[in-house]
Amino acid sequence: MRIICPVKRVPDTAASKKVDPDDFTLDRDSVEAILNANDEWSIEEAMRIKERDGAEVIVLCMGPEQAQTTVRKALSYGLDGAIQVTDPAIHGSDAVATARVLAGALREESFDLIIMGNQSSDARTTLVPAMLAEFLDLPALTYARKLEIDGRKLTAHRETASGHVVVEAEMPAIVSVVEAINEPRYPSFKGIMAAKSKPLSTRDLGAVGVDASEVGLANSWTQIIEATPRPPKQAGEKVDDDGSGTVGAKAIADFLAAQKFI
Amino acid sequence: MPDILVLVDHDGGTPKKISNQILTAARHHGGGEVHAAVLGEGAGAAAERLGAYGVSKAFVWDSPDADAYATEPRTAALLAALQQSGAPILLYPADPFISDVVARAAIRAGAGVVTDASDLALDGTTMVATKAIFGGEMASRCHVKGDRPQFIGVKANAFTAEETGGAPPEVVALDVTLDERSKRARVVDVVEQGGGGRPEMTEAAIIVAGGRGLGDAEGFRLIEQLADTLGAAVGASRAATDAGWYPHQHQIGQTGKTVAPQLYIGAGISGAIQHRAGMQTSQTIVAINKDAEAPIFSIADFGVVGDLHKVIPPLVEEIAKRK
Ligand SMILES: Cc1cc2nc3c(=O)[nH]c(=O)nc-3n(C[C@H](O)[C@H](O)[C@H](O)COP(=O)(O)OP(=O)(O)OC[C@H]3O[C@@H](n4cnc5c(N)ncnc54)[C@H](O)[C@@H]3O)c2cc1C
Ligand SMILES: Nc1ncnc2c1ncn2[C@@H]1O[C@H](COP(=O)(O)O)[C@@H](O)[C@H]1O
Repeated sequence: MRIICPVKRVPDTAASKKVDPDDFTLDRDSVEAILNANDEWSIEEAMRIKERDGAEVIVLCMGPEQAQTTVRKALSYGLDGAIQVTDPAIHGSDAVATARVLAGALREESFDLIIMGNQSSDARTTLVPAMLAEFLDLPALTYARKLEIDGRKLTAHRETASGHVVVEAEMPAIVSVVEAINEPRYPSFKGIMAAKSKPLSTRDLGAVGVDASEVGLANSWTQIIEATPRPPKQAGEKVDDDGSGTVGAKAIADFLAAQKFI
Repeated sequence: MPDILVLVDHDGGTPKKISNQILTAARHHGGGEVHAAVLGEGAGAAAERLGAYGVSKAFVWDSPDADAYATEPRTAALLAALQQSGAPILLYPADPFISDVVARAAIRAGAGVVTDASDLALDGTTMVATKAIFGGEMASRCHVKGDRPQFIGVKANAFTAEETGGAPPEVVALDVTLDERSKRARVVDVVEQGGGGRPEMTEAAIIVAGGRGLGDAEGFRLIEQLADTLGAAVGASRAATDAGWYPHQHQIGQTGKTVAPQLYIGAGISGAIQHRAGMQTSQTIVAINKDAEAPIFSIADFGVVGDLHKVIPPLVEEIAKRK
C-alpha cells in the first residue's frame, strides 16, 4: 500500500502576523513557521497503518523553498520519502489553485490512500481535501475521527455536530482527519536523524503538469482587497467574588440583564 | 442587480436558523431575486416555508439519495440548481459537510469560493465578503474575481433573520440523475451522541464553554445547567475534550470549531491563543476564572474572578429568577 500525506507549512498561531501591504499575502518571512497541527494527525494515522499493515508513506508539500524544514519535520515521524512542489509562480495561490497543484503532483504518483488534515491553521478553508478529491475524481471521507481498513474497503466515522456518520468507500480515496482521531507521537531522535537522508524530490510547476497561468496570486479565483489588524479588544469590567459565589453570580446576572441577554 | 441562490440547510423539512439568516442577508445585499436550493429528504416541506424569507423560487431535490451517499449526490443537485437558477452568486451556510459539497461544485462550475463571511456588500455585480483571518487577529475583505460564479460561505449569527411574510415560492423540482460515481461513499450508519436537545454550537446565539477548571467530566453538568437556563449550546476547551470530559465536536479553537455567538461565557478556561483563535470574534465575552491573571480576561467584556463551582449554581438560580 502507498499512502500520501499532503502537509502544509503554516505560521505559528502564537506569532503575530504581518501581511504584505500591496497584495495582502502573508509575509511568511516575518513569522516562525511550523508543520500544520492537523497534518500531524494525518501523519500519525498513516504511520499506524504502516506499522499495522505495512505501507510506504510519502509526504507532499506545496510551499516555498523554506518549506523543506517542514517536510523534514514530517519525515522525522518515520515517513519514507517526500515530494515538495516549489515554484515562484505558486505564491499567493488560493484553495482552488492549491488543490490544482497538489492534484498535478498526485497524478504523477501511484497511491492507494491520501490522508490529510481537515484544515490548515492559517487559511482554515477546509476546502482543499474536497477540491483535491474533485480534481482527482476520487471519493472523499472528510472529518474522520476514526478510520478502519479492511482489504480495499475504508470505513470512516465522520464527525458531525452531534455525533458521527459512518461512511464506506473503496480505495483509492481521500481521507481528511480531525484531532479526535488519534494522539500523535513525538518524533524519535532516530527519526529526526533519519529524516535528513530520506529521499526528497523537489518539483516545479512544469514537473507536476500545471501551467503557471492557473495558479498564484494573479490567477487565483479569489482576491483579498483589504486586510487590517483588528483593533485590540479592551478588557471590560472585572469583579472579584468574595468566595461565596453569590457576589460573582449576581454581578454576571446584572451584566447579562443590562445587555438584554436575560 | 444579480439574483442570489441560497443553499438552504434544513432539519427534515424545517429550515435551520442559519438558512433564514442567510436568506435575509441575500434579500438585503442582493437586490435581485432570492432563490433557494433545498436538498435532501423533507426539502419540499422546507421550501414551502421559504416565502416568509423572501424566496421567489425554490429548486428542490427531495430524495433519500442525498443522505444515502456522502457529498457527491448533493453536489450534482446543487449544480443542477445553479444551472436552473442562473444566479451568479451562491450563499451557503459555513458548515463542514456543506462546504464539501460546495468545494466539489466549485471545481465543476469554475467558481471561486470565499469561506466564513461575517458581512456582505454588493459592489456592482461582485459580492464582497468581510471575514476574520488568522484566528480573528485580522479582518479582511475578499471576493471572487472576474466573471466566475461566486460561492460565499456565511457564518451563523452574522445576520439577523427577518421575515417578510411573502407567499410560498414557486417550487421547481430538480431533475437529478446520479451516476455510479456519485455513490462511491456510502453512508451506513448515523450515530447521535445526544446533545440534550441543545442548539448546535456553530448555530447557537449563546455558548457556555468549560475548560480544565471544571475538574472532571461531572463538572460539565454545571456548564450544561447554565447553558440550559440560557438556551445555549455547550462548548469546551481542548484541555477538556482531550481529557475526555466532553466530546471533541464541542471543542472551540484552532483545531476545533470557530464560533462567533452573540454571547460566549467561558468558565475554567485560561484563554490560550489557540482557544481564542476560535472564539475571539464573539460579540460579547464573559469569563469566570479563579486566576485574575488568566489571559481570557484581556478579551472579556465582563469577568468574575472566582471559583466556578461556587459561582455557577447561584448564577443559574439568579438567571432563572429574572427570566
Ligand atoms: C497545535 C495546538 C492546537 C490547539 N488547539 C486548541 C483548540 O482548538 N482549542 C483549545 O481550547 N485549545 C487548543 N490548544 C490548547 C491550548 O494551548 C490550551 O492548552 C488549552 O486551551 C487550555 O485549556 P483550558 O483553558 O481549559 O486549560 P488551562 O489552560 O489549564 O486553564 C484552566 C483555567 O481554569 C482556571 N480554573 C481552575 N480551577 C478553577 C475553578 N475552580 N474556578 C474557576 N477557574 C478555575 C485556571 O485558573 C485556568 O485559567 C491547542 C494547542 C496546540 C499546541
Ligand atoms: N500548500 C499545501 N501543501 C500541501 N497540503 C496542503 C497545502 N494546503 C493545504 N493542504 C492540505 O489541505 C488540508 C486542509 O487545508 P485548508 O483547506 O487550507 O484548510 C491541510 O490540512 C493539508 O493537509
